[in-house]
Amino acid sequence: MNLELKILNTDILIIGGGTAGCFAALTIANNSDCQVIITEKANIKRSGCLAAGVNALNAYILKGETPESYLEYVRNDAEGIIREDLVISMAKRLNEVTRKVETMGLVIQKDSKGDYVARGRRNIKINGENIKPLLAEAVEEKKNVQVLNQVNMIDYVIQDNRVIGAYGFSIKDNIFYTIQAKAVICATGGAAGLYRPNNPGFSRHKMWYSPFNTGAGYAMGIRAGAEMTSMEMRFIALRCKDTIAPTGTIAQGVGASQINGKGEEYERNYGAPSTPNRMYSTIRENMEGRGPCYLETKGMPMETQEELYKAYLNMAPAQTLRWIERGKGPSVENVEIEGTEPYIVGGHTASGYWVDTERAATLVGLYAAGDVAGGSPQKYVTGCFAEGEIAALSAMSYIERIKPVSIDREQIINKFNNVTRFLKNSPGLLRVEDLEEAMQKVMDEYAGGISAGYMVNMDKLFIAREQIKILLDRSTFLRANDMHELVFIYEVIDRLYVCQVVIEHLIARKETRWHCYNENADYPKKDDEHFFRYVNSRYGNGNIEIIFREIVKKDEQYEHQD
Amino acid sequence: MSIKINQEFCIRCKKCVNVCPGNLLDMGDKGKAYVKYPKECWGCTSCLKECPTGAIKYYLGADIGGRGGYLYTKRDNDQLSWLICKPDGKHVCITVDGTQANRY
Ligand SMILES: Cc1cc2nc3c(=O)[nH]c(=O)nc-3n(C[C@H](O)[C@H](O)[C@H](O)COP(=O)(O)OP(=O)(O)OC[C@H]3O[C@@H](n4cnc5c(N)ncnc54)[C@H](O)[C@@H]3O)c2cc1C
Ligand code: SF4
Ligand code: SF4
Repeated sequence: MNLELKILNTDILIIGGGTAGCFAALTIANNSDCQVIITEKANIKRSGCLAAGVNALNAYILKGETPESYLEYVRNDAEGIIREDLVISMAKRLNEVTRKVETMGLVIQKDSKGDYVARGRRNIKINGENIKPLLAEAVEEKKNVQVLNQVNMIDYVIQDNRVIGAYGFSIKDNIFYTIQAKAVICATGGAAGLYRPNNPGFSRHKMWYSPFNTGAGYAMGIRAGAEMTSMEMRFIALRCKDTIAPTGTIAQGVGASQINGKGEEYERNYGAPSTPNRMYSTIRENMEGRGPCYLETKGMPMETQEELYKAYLNMAPAQTLRWIERGKGPSVENVEIEGTEPYIVGGHTASGYWVDTERAATLVGLYAAGDVAGGSPQKYVTGCFAEGEIAALSAMSYIERIKPVSIDREQIINKFNNVTRFLKNSPGLLRVEDLEEAMQKVMDEYAGGISAGYMVNMDKLFIAREQIKILLDRSTFLRANDMHELVFIYEVIDRLYVCQVVIEHLIARKETRWHCYNENADYPKKDDEHFFRYVNSRYGNGNIEIIFREIVKKDEQYEHQD
Repeated sequence: MSIKINQEFCIRCKKCVNVCPGNLLDMGDKGKAYVKYPKECWGCTSCLKECPTGAIKYYLGADIGGRGGYLYTKRDNDQLSWLICKPDGKHVCITVDGTQANRY
């Protein structure tokens, strides 16, 4: 099989046409004549986290709240390890981006005075089933934005210490792309599938986070030596058993509380309520023999049940199908809950690129937004929009200041050969699927997955470190028979790189700051004296260097330093 | 979790193939859509919602408690109907009005 070599040129390349990527493209198109290319591994109409729809906008500044109160909530939930400058600059834009997406056609519920209707303190009610098609339509209307669907990106083009584009290939056609750009915005989302999932068999991809977000953006950054932050702050979600559907609609929407198998409310026995504690308390109840745990929905009015059926169809249809198939809805049967496998998701926790206040990564010419960008948890949909907007404006101003360079041909050929070797390797003992399973097993058992109760200790982490390294070495011998298999190979390689960094971060944070996310049996206490700091890292020459950095406050304008 | 395509109803429009966020579907020998990677399916139902003939069914795998029911969709402008066939063969239809926000 031969690949055609194609070179394209643009002003700003956006990798990943999801939530943040689409919003970044719209921002550029609305404010300039810059040429934009979006490369998307699937089709922007339904790609990424928003594929099935979302049930609410989880980040909005309601009446009586302020960006500062949002910051306080995020700070408390993350035990202080957040970039306040990033959270506040995002929070300040939440309402404006919401208004913009409403003009694109998103249905948002309003009261008689025209104010958005609240669901809890920070959420507003929407019909989010079609949020992704709406965004995609808006993008496709823009003349200066070119969308390349089904093009999977694999690495940045770096020259003279600057990011000047990226390499990728088509999933459907035999084309290898080199896309040259003055600036690059990475918006590839987070990483799922690092750990053995809840349902490892037939339904292995019935997970909460998108199984097609495989950490490509993190991995590209890692390989290129970008600084990453808080990769030890894994996100573990409390979800409906089996379907792994979100629970917020029932918990916040209907106000159902968490009860154990004996019918007792248990959350408050485990300290102040926070996202990790909700998870941790459920794990403990199960381990101590008081499971299964539920959201107490029994007895809810039939009318509420009907509305829940609809709300779930708008974002996680599996749950409604389950209720109806069983002939028992939530008003008859409590909803069982469980924890998911750990994900790395910068939109919920703080993992991802270490960026400055302008969302520039430590590699010149590279910007990051959404779940791939670190330091700023609880972004959700609107926060990803806000970051897409900030990254876009920063990239626009950057390209005004620089002189473009052209890519040296030899670099392209090297990369091309590097990619095509997978098409030439002779079929070996190891298949991609086996490698993925092996990786997930190592992570599950030795790096705090579900079977380990999310707990790590040093000895196990050292084993994980060694084994993941061996798997990564073996990945060079994989063989692809077609372009899609080539994607599978890159997905597992990217995940392995992310796993390596996650393990090093877990080793570096010698404390237990967040239950479940970073639960270290050797260091079961929070240790502010040594670890009220960010754990960052940089990869180079096969080594991962750990860097500790001091907390950045909300009024600071953070610029990169060495 | 997966989907099934009834090729008898497939009119070869390729919409499902183009939309899947995991690129899991493809056009087969007879020019009709088929699921190339069933175990990779996320269950997002994007393909169902694209299909003009309701040829795609979505069901829960037995490993996550699926009992043999399935669902498919029909769209009429803003009205999206979810048709669920229960294991006993009885049908339930839930229509969601796209112009209305979720109550919860
Ligand atoms: C099931 C689910 C429900 C949620 N519900 C809510 C909710 O109700 N309210 C709320 O506010 N938030 C919700 N969230 C969170 C929110 O949706 C996410 O935080 C947000 O959408 C992430 O945006 P993003 O742009 O970072 O990633 P995405 O929107 O996932 O975009 C990433 C894009 O990059 C593409 N991509 C990945 N790798 C490559 C590559 N190598 N080359 C090219 N393209 C690539 C992907 O295909 C994808 O399109 C939910 C998340 C999930 C998963
Ligand atoms: S349900 Fe979603 S992931 Fe599964 S095949 Fe259809 S579009 Fe693809
Ligand atoms: S969308 Fe339906 S009709 Fe069109 S190709 Fe797919 S299965 Fe066939």
